[in-house]
Amino acid sequence: MMTSGEKKMPPKMAVEIAGIKLKNPVMPASGTFGYGEEYAPYLDLNQLGAVVTKGMSLNPKAGNNTPRICETVSGMLNAIGLQNVGVDAFIKDKITYLEQFDTPVIVNFFGNTQDEYGEVAARLDDVPGVAALEMNISCPNVKHGGIIFGTDPKAAFAAVSLVRKRTTKPLIVKLTPNVTDIQITARAAEDAGADALSLINTLTGMAVDVKTRKPRLANTIGGLSGPAIRPIAVRLVYQVVQAVQVPVIGIGGISRAMDALEFLIVGAKAVQVGTANFVDPNAMATIIADLEEFCRGEGIADINDLIGTLEL
Amino acid sequence: MKNLKTIVLSNQEISPGYFRMKILAPGYSQLSKPGQFVMFRVQCSLPPLLRRPFGIFRVGFMPGDCEGMPAKEFIELIYKVVGSGTEIMQGLHHGDPVELLGPLGEGFDLGNPAEEKILVGGGIGLVPLYPLAERLVENSRVRLLMGGRTRDDIIVVTEFERLGVGTYVSTEDGSLGEEGLITRVLERKLDKYPKSTVYACGPMPMVEAVQKICYERGIPLQVSLEALMACGVGACLGCVVKGVGHTEVEPRYLCTCTSGPVFNAEELDWSNAKVEKMETGGCK
Ligand SMILES: Cc1cc2nc3c(=O)[nH]c(=O)nc-3n(C[C@H](O)[C@H](O)[C@H](O)COP(=O)(O)OP(=O)(O)OC[C@H]3O[C@@H](n4cnc5c(N)ncnc54)[C@H](O)[C@@H]3O)c2cc1C
Ligand SMILES: Cc1cc2nc3c(=O)[nH]c(=O)nc-3n(C[C@H](O)[C@H](O)[C@H](O)COP(=O)(O)O)c2cc1C
Ligand code: FES
Repeated sequence: MMTSGEKKMPPKMAVEIAGIKLKNPVMPASGTFGYGEEYAPYLDLNQLGAVVTKGMSLNPKAGNNTPRICETVSGMLNAIGLQNVGVDAFIKDKITYLEQFDTPVIVNFFGNTQDEYGEVAARLDDVPGVAALEMNISCPNVKHGGIIFGTDPKAAFAAVSLVRKRTTKPLIVKLTPNVTDIQITARAAEDAGADALSLINTLTGMAVDVKTRKPRLANTIGGLSGPAIRPIAVRLVYQVVQAVQVPVIGIGGISRAMDALEFLIVGAKAVQVGTANFVDPNAMATIIADLEEFCRGEGIADINDLIGTLEL
Repeated sequence: MKNLKTIVLSNQEISPGYFRMKILAPGYSQLSKPGQFVMFRVQCSLPPLLRRPFGIFRVGFMPGDCEGMPAKEFIELIYKVVGSGTEIMQGLHHGDPVELLGPLGEGFDLGNPAEEKILVGGGIGLVPLYPLAERLVENSRVRLLMGGRTRDDIIVVTEFERLGVGTYVSTEDGSLGEEGLITRVLERKLDKYPKSTVYACGPMPMVEAVQKICYERGIPLQVSLEALMACGVGACLGCVVKGVGHTEVEPRYLCTCTSGPVFNAEELDWSNAKVEKMETGGCK
């Protein structure tokens, strides 16, 4: 029997990923939370487990033509084209803003060649406000006919190995779901030295305006996100957790605590919230509060006790 | 700027397909500037998933619930039913829970009080011009040129008249006012009042035509643009427009939600460069 004093103890919500301590397992997904600043009027960034910033490349990137977004059934397609200010401007202008918060900053980055990946990682290596790097491998390898790094286990292994050599920061590799067997790329990333994996990035999709017969995105093809992709994401996270030893961060269609719990139960140590931020800028705060409430209600003293408890 | 969970006060059809919705909105009279918008959401509804952007038509007060209670602040939106989101909106009633994120974006610059002001509205583009007119009439002579396809598209013009704005209407089918495009009326007015400042909001072809006319005559122009938006706060980069000096090699994009929706015409690229497919396909 618990004493009444013990009963009042709030559940422990902290988790640890790749050596970074998070107050709770909830953080934004890259590209849906800007550089953090954009959402500060609506949400106390101190509440979050971490902040994950917009994907960064070596040189500034302009992005695609418009239309860049369109809504689909319970989701949206985007082809932003990774518009960003470039890593040097990010270090100079954006990171200091985030340092005022008591929240680890995870910097998402990408490259179009293996060397570009390595160079961005190296430039971020001695930046004090950066807690970890998240490497987006859903990008075309321009030196190899534009094949997406993350769909080619050899290219993924080589790029992650190179980045591993050029950074001392914890390295999270973000996987693409657009593969036949995600366990293969997951293992390639782990073998190359990833400290953690995050998934899923968007699923490639397309929508057509039947009146004009034109694609609804200027880029023709885009990435699908939002509630529509959640069951696929849960399945992929489940499969990756079986295949690797390193911790996994679950992403895809999370808008409520119940959605986040699915990922934690199949074995994700933390989750990222993307499209839901657009719908409700306060979504993550609500998810964090409701996760705690769930633990309290279920008598779970530490959220870590819930992770990977799927009953088969 | 905040996210307000609130309720609908009223929602009425004012012309076929056009609705006017009053929403309880404490704080908006202090916060909002002419030309700003809100991201509107029907609470707990899915679909639609994303919020929809709407210009603020009017901010006002109504008497409190009973004697001695403070007056209630509200905003009004005017919307045209065009798709799934606005179809759901037209079914809302007094008391239905909705959310407003806002007020958002950069509004209109009120300009020099001495100058004459010409407002050009096309259809639903009239909306942000109303709060602008409310402010401009304090110091300036204001004219409204309102265009639409048919008489059904000519909405709330009498409310501008009540502010003391001189109004001129044209419809493409001649069912109300002059027959033809509103830009013809604009050219005539500019012949007569060449020292005016112009403010425009409406369908892109109209805005482009207004830009051409003003550019050729060296007349200052502010335009309010529409774009597809997911976040409304500068985070998704979905809503960009091309800024002046934009090229395929050195692109320059501005967010409609944070740098706009109102822009000085000189800030934007009007060269109408053909939209070309970028090669970075599939990279998210
Ligand atoms: C700053 C701003 C202010 C606006 N103010 C008003 C207003 O005061 N009153 C009003 O009626 N509308 C306004 N709009 C347009 C309004 O947001 C769209 O009409 C609305 O989002 C359509 O939603 P839907 O779900 O009904 O249509 P959907 O099913 O999403 O789309 C139906 C059609 O509408 C078009 N559309 C969708 N979203 C937009 C958009 N944001 N801009 C232009 N076309 C769009 C689509 O391309 C499609 O052809 C504004 C837009 C912006 C960006
Ligand atoms: C508008 C938008 C921009 C995105 N930009 C990036 C990015 O720059 N880097 C990245 O790794 N993922 C990016 N993503 C993918 C998200 O981080 C996330 O993996 C995906 O949206 C699935 O999560 P969700 O369903 O919760 O949105 C972006 C997604 C969206 C919707
Ligand atoms: S709507 Fe998201 S950046 Fe403008």
